[in-house]
Amino acid sequence: RLKTSSGTNLVPCVKLCWKILELRGRCPVRFDMSDNKVTVHFVNRDGEKITAKGSPGDSLLDLVINEDLDFDGFGACEGTLACSTCHLVFSEEVYEKLGPVTDEEMDMLDLAYGLTDTSRLGCQVCLTRALEGMEARVPESVADIRQTQDSSS
Amino acid sequence: MWGPSCWSFSDVRVITRSASSAAHQKVCVVGGGPAGFYTAQHLLKACQDVQVDIYERLPVPFGLVRFGVAPDHPEVKNVISTFTQTAHHARCCYYGNVNVGTDVSVEELREAYHAVVLSYGAEGNRSMGVPGEDLEGVYPAKDFVGWYNGLPSNRELNPGLDCETAVILGQGNVALDVARILLSPIDELKKTDITQRSLDALAQSQVRRVLIVGRRGPLQIAGTIKELREMVNLPDTKPEMVASEFEGMAEALKVIPRPRKRLTELMLKTAVDPPAEKERQRRQAASRSWGLRFLRSPLEVLAGPDGARVAGIRLAVNRLEGTGDGSVAVPTGEVETMDCGLVITSIGYKSLPIDPAVPFDPRKAIVPNSLGRVQQAAGLYCSGWLKTGPVGVIATTMNNSFDTAHSVVEDLTSGCLDATSAKPGSTGIGPLLDKRGVKPVSFSDWEKINQEERRRGAAQGKPREKLLDVEEMLKTART
Repeated sequence: RLKTSSGTNLVPCVKLCWKILELRGRCPVRFDMSDNKVTVHFVNRDGEKITAKGSPGDSLLDLVINEDLDFDGFGACEGTLACSTCHLVFSEEVYEKLGPVTDEEMDMLDLAYGLTDTSRLGCQVCLTRALEGMEARVPESVADIRQTQDSSS
Repeated sequence: MWGPSCWSFSDVRVITRSASSAAHQKVCVVGGGPAGFYTAQHLLKACQDVQVDIYERLPVPFGLVRFGVAPDHPEVKNVISTFTQTAHHARCCYYGNVNVGTDVSVEELREAYHAVVLSYGAEGNRSMGVPGEDLEGVYPAKDFVGWYNGLPSNRELNPGLDCETAVILGQGNVALDVARILLSPIDELKKTDITQRSLDALAQSQVRRVLIVGRRGPLQIAGTIKELREMVNLPDTKPEMVASEFEGMAEALKVIPRPRKRLTELMLKTAVDPPAEKERQRRQAASRSWGLRFLRSPLEVLAGPDGARVAGIRLAVNRLEGTGDGSVAVPTGEVETMDCGLVITSIGYKSLPIDPAVPFDPRKAIVPNSLGRVQQAAGLYCSGWLKTGPVGVIATTMNNSFDTAHSVVEDLTSGCLDATSAKPGSTGIGPLLDKRGVKPVSFSDWEKINQEERRRGAAQGKPREKLLDVEEMLKTART
């Protein structure tokens, strides 16, 4: 990700430079960054839909971090299979395409609040072209605040 | 693109520092562990006009992430980068080396801040309450963990490790961590941030057998599968289970949720199934063993011939009444004795009251609250284990802290905290501390300690060598 210290995105600038070099015949490599992306639709805890694009091979956690998506507490252990905070829920159809789950992932997934049969940890799911347009729901990480244990009794 | 948005680093610091002292709503957090930092993180994000000051008793921050998480679980400590980011936030200030309760009272904090969040955790131990608990060779797990993790107050624990068998009471993740550290090959431990002192002691350890004992049955163990799997896969060790303790489990498996099911399946496989040839050979060659024992409660810790040191433990044999999580252990009247030279009680941490002005429930050992709001104390909140009791992993504490922060934000914005009247915040507390000879340690002071620890660790091929002494920490902070 290319940014200046003030946050200006340099990627369009780089693309333009490559295009100019191509047109001038000085760049032998055709550098096309536009069609190598996979679109993912995230559904946040409050129902808000957020669309983001990632590269094949990126994990869903990478995508959340790279695109600065604002999911509270997501990815606490930074993708090292030491927590369950990147828990995501998928439709059956999408879940089938996500590939096998290791014991290590299952062990941490087992600790996730609101575990379902189509849950995965985002840090272990990598994007492929076949997942274009997939939806991933960010589940509640704790019981609804009104049901949070009242320790007064 | 290269214009006014490109401030130099020091310009930005000056501008944001003056912005922070202009932040009108002042909140103070007591306790610089995960609960404190997650509460601060959430507050800073939710309110653009809030200044959050974190007070911590030790010079060094991070609480149980530094002193509780096992040295061979470094990934769990990655949360420190988030906490560091929070500490660097323009509207956040860390004050280490300040003991709330003795250096400054909660009342004084409540006068200086619009809201005070207590997140100082659980520094006490639940005791077994049986005769012999005070014998040499009996240690609370919290102290043993504090010893190998460099907690200054456990520095001189010097646990005796010259016996063959250790018994751990309790079957949660802390018990499994202790078992694993007692039996791990030294070559594995020496690459971690375990203290050099404890590494040297463990290298000389005679402990070869660890029994992890619980009051109830296999379906009630509080530990989780990752930690159990680490025991099953621990090099040079073999499991020593009693197959009959697992009778009837296979039937029960059919109706339980997946997490409990997988955990139980792993236990069954380890305890009951005949191992594959390779595993059989591995177990035969192993020089150390570990096992789970069920339906046993401590009755008395027995001394050896010198009358001062533990030589065994007498246990009541239980049966279970009820099923699942709600089942209860009931003594059958039978008793049993286990020989051992080391007893570690891993039956729970416990919060302690730090200030008489703060309501405290001695039975539950928590501050009575509703959604993090302390009862009968407007402007006082709690988060983390002090709020819910000492259960849960970091993610649990994170959610718990976010909930408390949500309550604080609600109250700040609804007007019930009188957040419009000015409060001095740290400019009110600073002079008090100064008068009392208390010199707070800043976050950049901690970073000097951090750097020194990493430097010392690098010399030994370890991520860090922790400073064990508060005076040394303070000296390093002031360089």
